[in-house]
Amino acid sequence: MTDKEKRARSDNAVLNLRRIVCYIFLVIITVMCLFSFYILLINSTRAHSEIAKGFTILPGGYLFKNFVSLMNNQNLPVIRGILNSLIISGLCALLSTYFSAITAYAIHCYDFKGRNAAFTFILMIMMVPAQVSALGFVKMMREFQLLDTYWPLIVPTIAAPVTFFFMKQYMESALPLEIVEAARIDGSNEFRTYNFIVLPILKPAIAVQAIFTFTSAWNNYFMPSLILSKKEVKTLPILIAQLRSADFLKFDMGIVYMLISLAIFPVVVVYLFLSKYIVQGVALGSVKG
Amino acid sequence: MTKKKSSCVSYTKWGYIFLIPFFLVYTIFSLVPLVSTLYNSLFESYMSGLTQIGPKFVGIANFTKLFTEGDLIKYSGNTLVIWIMGFLPQVIVSLILAAWFTDVRLKLKGQPFFKTVIYMPNLIMASAFAMLFFTIFSDSGPVNDILVSTGLISEPFRFMSSIVGTRSLIALMNFLMWFGNTTIILMAGMMGIDTSLFEAAEVDGARPMQVFRFITLPLLKPILVYVIITSLIGGVQMFDVPQILTNSDGTPNGTSMTLIMFLNKHLYSKNYGMAGALSVLLFVFTAILSLLVYRTLTKQED
Repeated sequence: MTDKEKRARSDNAVLNLRRIVCYIFLVIITVMCLFSFYILLINSTRAHSEIAKGFTILPGGYLFKNFVSLMNNQNLPVIRGILNSLIISGLCALLSTYFSAITAYAIHCYDFKGRNAAFTFILMIMMVPAQVSALGFVKMMREFQLLDTYWPLIVPTIAAPVTFFFMKQYMESALPLEIVEAARIDGSNEFRTYNFIVLPILKPAIAVQAIFTFTSAWNNYFMPSLILSKKEVKTLPILIAQLRSADFLKFDMGIVYMLISLAIFPVVVVYLFLSKYIVQGVALGSVKG
Repeated sequence: MTKKKSSCVSYTKWGYIFLIPFFLVYTIFSLVPLVSTLYNSLFESYMSGLTQIGPKFVGIANFTKLFTEGDLIKYSGNTLVIWIMGFLPQVIVSLILAAWFTDVRLKLKGQPFFKTVIYMPNLIMASAFAMLFFTIFSDSGPVNDILVSTGLISEPFRFMSSIVGTRSLIALMNFLMWFGNTTIILMAGMMGIDTSLFEAAEVDGARPMQVFRFITLPLLKPILVYVIITSLIGGVQMFDVPQILTNSDGTPNGTSMTLIMFLNKHLYSKNYGMAGALSVLLFVFTAILSLLVYRTLTKQED
């Protein structure tokens, strides 16, 4: 009896020791993840002269002034940039989720010749990056006179294999075919059934994928930088690249930090509200265990 | 089953109709450009000053030029080295964290918090993140400031002028942006493992390390393969971070120039022949990797 107790005790001690090691490691990782954002947060509240003097742990009182001087900067059309980014990302999220779900629905719910071939094709091209066809894409857009417009950045998201794959996975677990059959018996046509019966069932999946598509469009730099060159259509990442290539020393550092903040923190705030669903979504979209 | 089939048949045309948007858009915006890229790779076409040279058919001359000029080897090497520098710590840390988070005996508290934190950098705009690292790791930036004032180093370390410094910063950013994602994927895999295996191991007196090595790791192999290949595909696409951090120059001395930065350079200077040849090579490489991903995905279905 006492022997058993002793063993249980030492087992517990080992477990507690392991826990301590785990927490220490987790805290280090957390600090690594957050330190750069902390510095960003602090420095966007400080004036250029304060930043030049060195780093402090506490924020300054220049947040609003930095914001105003960024907005008044003639070389960086920030408000326009945010608007452009919002329009492009919003439309991408909308089109990508709607059409990926309809593609997945076609393959999930209908039995037709070539269904498996279509599915295999989409899975095979899933990982081929857009960059490899960028040359042909940009040339074609120039011929269509679509450079400096939003179209080349929005319409291609209709064919989003990764979003499709996620939707297909989700349908397998959450969309019983009986519901579709029932709608048919009630006389609903197929398009109506999709819009009013299937889509509402897919809401959780659509929400997660809308967030992913939105952020990847919001963060996208490679394609927009090849398509957009006029001042009025530039998106946020292009403005950041422009800031980087400008003569750095001439810049008010408060403004630099402020612009980075504007690109980063809105996404962080939205993420913090939805992180539970997003983290679940990542797990769902990967290979099944 | 037969009833279901017969009711499906009458709706067949809708299956095709619903597939139209995807395949139409994919053909116009991806397939046609891909073919046109391939076509362009066989022509000499570039700008010399303001005059357009070509397009003139040159066969595979662009490809031989790409291989003999040495830049391709150098930039492939850069991409590979930086990818490995980020990926190795990423997969190790992710494995450790995933094993801890799924350990039923350990019962770590605050898991939602840690998961939220480690996944966060993945959603950050890579270009803004790179700009942020550029400012805080600059010669007189906050990091050097803190290191000097705490006495850890005597004078500022010039990250951007050192090969190791620049590459490490890029790798660190890649690590921070992707290890949370990998952790979650590995966790999903670990939670799919039959718990009775762990219980049996515990009864047999296996230590945590042994459980990890002899049960978790072998059963996790398909998912690890998936993680490695998808990360390699991501690594080939490495662009935003080094492009912004080094202001598109791949400083110092082209040692942090990645393949896509190289492609981007050719696209900007309108050297379509070379850009085409490079695109074709990148396509072949990523297509092979994609086929491997496809195999891991379909194996799961069986």
